[in-house]
Amino acid sequence: MAAEQAKVDPMYQFTIEPLAGSGGWELAGYNIAFTNSAMWMLITTVVLFLFVLGGMKRELVPGRWQMTVETFTGFIDNMLEANIGKAGRKYVPYVFSLFMFILFANILGLLPLGVIGLHPFTFTSHFTVTGVLAIISFAIVLIVGFWRHGLHFFSLFVPHGTPLPMVPVIAPIEFISFMVRPFSLGLRLFVAMMAGHVLLEVLSSFVIDGTNAGAGFGLLVGLPSFLLMIGICALELLVAGIQAYVFALLTSLYINDAENLH
Amino acid sequence: MPQIAQLAETWSSQVFWLLVFFGITFFVIGKGMVPKVMDTVAQRDGQIAADLAAAKAARDAADEQEEAWRVKENENRAAAQAIVAKAKDEAAAKSEKKLKAAQARIDKKLADAEAQIEEARSAALAEVEAVAADAAQDIVKTLAGVKVTKPVATKAVKEQMAHG
Repeated sequence: MAAEQAKVDPMYQFTIEPLAGSGGWELAGYNIAFTNSAMWMLITTVVLFLFVLGGMKRELVPGRWQMTVETFTGFIDNMLEANIGKAGRKYVPYVFSLFMFILFANILGLLPLGVIGLHPFTFTSHFTVTGVLAIISFAIVLIVGFWRHGLHFFSLFVPHGTPLPMVPVIAPIEFISFMVRPFSLGLRLFVAMMAGHVLLEVLSSFVIDGTNAGAGFGLLVGLPSFLLMIGICALELLVAGIQAYVFALLTSLYINDAENLH
Repeated sequence: MPQIAQLAETWSSQVFWLLVFFGITFFVIGKGMVPKVMDTVAQRDGQIAADLAAAKAARDAADEQEEAWRVKENENRAAAQAIVAKAKDEAAAKSEKKLKAAQARIDKKLADAEAQIEEARSAALAEVEAVAADAAQDIVKTLAGVKVTKPVATKAVKEQMAHG
């Protein structure tokens, strides 16, 4: 073992720290410290703003950037139209915001900024964040459902063609599966992001510790781990996109339930 | 796991800043900018559809005009052919008339000439008869010593000549 123990704590990357003495900020008794997590939310918002701003040239013949932005809006638009129908168009602003916010957060969190001394922070790996997003989506489903269908919305828990004697059994199951939705929605994103980051950190600790232990271990453990990391980085980029897509897709499916019942 | 270990101290800040920044994202980007982007796309789609429709209309109009032109062209061609045929007929009739007139003139000339020739021939014949009668008178006088009067000689010559 090398003299100084290279300590890689795979969990340290998720630590939230107040920035620049904002630790004491409070609002109505609640702590609202401007943390590194909030900082990356700000960065995500700004980057996303600049990205969409580049697509606002409103040219008849779009440039590359405008084309890219229009591809994303068209993608969300198509997804909502396919899942909800014409009524889905009014949810484009929300689902687009959700999708792009999560996507940019995931990808920005993966940037190798550690090389230049910055510490990327993936706030989507915190269930406090994904949970709030899931609750917002779920709240929209409830509000839209009760707004459009009133108490008839409860018929969602009785699928079409259920025999009458089965209703008392089916309805609670449907109700539970409905209530589980926000948890599964929030936890899926949080777990996927966290698992990927932990995996990368653990592998990097293998590379560092293996190399520190000598050339033999470096070749035997460090090099394969490093190669694996490269592959997993690519996989994580894919996961970043897929998880944002899944979140938006499930949200649109749930909104479809509220819009069209069954 | 900091997510759980720090939950009590950080959840309010996490929720607050997420609501702030996601709210900004939703209201500024989602509500403000995305509809404009989609509007541009819709405008472009509309423009493309309109252009395509205009192009189709123009093509149809061009087809129509070509058809009209074709009909007119055929008409013109038929009219021209009629004029040509008429001119040809006229010219043929005119030349026929001229030919007829020329023929008539030639026939007349021929007839005149024939008459003249006939006249000349009969004159010559009369001359020959007179000469022959004289000759016959002389021959008879000389050979037979008979004085033949002129009318007898002439009659004999005429008879002989009629017999060939």
